[in-house]
Amino acid sequence: MEITTAQYKHCDMVKVTGRIDSATAPKLAEALGKITDAGRFKIAIDLSGVQFLSSAGLRVLISTQKNCKRYNRGEVVLAAVPETIKSVFDLAGFTSIFKILPDVPSAVGSF
Amino acid sequence: MPTQIFPGRYESLEKIAVFIRSEAELLGLSHSEVFAVETAVDEAVSNIIEHAYKGEDVGEIKCTCTRTAEKLTIVLEDTGEPFDPAKIPIPDLNAPLKKRKDNGLGFFMMNQWMDEVRFEFCCGLNRLIMVKCKEKPIE
Repeated sequence: MEITTAQYKHCDMVKVTGRIDSATAPKLAEALGKITDAGRFKIAIDLSGVQFLSSAGLRVLISTQKNCKRYNRGEVVLAAVPETIKSVFDLAGFTSIFKILPDVPSAVGSF
Repeated sequence: MPTQIFPGRYESLEKIAVFIRSEAELLGLSHSEVFAVETAVDEAVSNIIEHAYKGEDVGEIKCTCTRTAEKLTIVLEDTGEPFDPAKIPIPDLNAPLKKRKDNGLGFFMMNQWMDEVRFEFCCGLNRLIMVKCKEKPIE
């Protein structure tokens, strides 16, 4: 799994590629934690390059979303979600708690 | 009947996925079915490491695949602590964000995406049997 981050004017962008499983989810948690620890809570995650997502990855996303939405200080939005990964979100009931946007510009533009 | 033995650590997940995908593809499962099987096995192996072995590098995981024309059967065996599947909570997928629980999702996904999920505990060996049937073409 590879993670790249970029800080924009209105939000942070996190691009993840590869597998998000129990082996790699802690690395994603660490990357997201660095952003929220710095007091930034508006995060767009580009999932276009993600091939696999397990419940370990879902746990990271949900705990980050809880943290970001606390006190209405921000939100995590998801962008460019591949069909297979979307089926995981559907099954886990995530579509009601995350905004899923078709591409990165609309995700960044949503803040 | 291909069998492979993997060290009980999270790094094995990707290697197990390669093994399972190749078996599922040989059967001719669709892309989404292969993904479902890969997910179920990943969740099962993660559970074995976390809950049966209670950590990495405690024991091994034996993975056996059997194919027939219609279905793929995957058997995972470990020597960790047995557990009661009935004690795993069913996640509330409609709960608001604040009340969402972290646990139970993996087990739920295994059950939703496989046609059969069965546990056997005997003589110090835990065996998980999962079956995925090939979707019949629409006539």
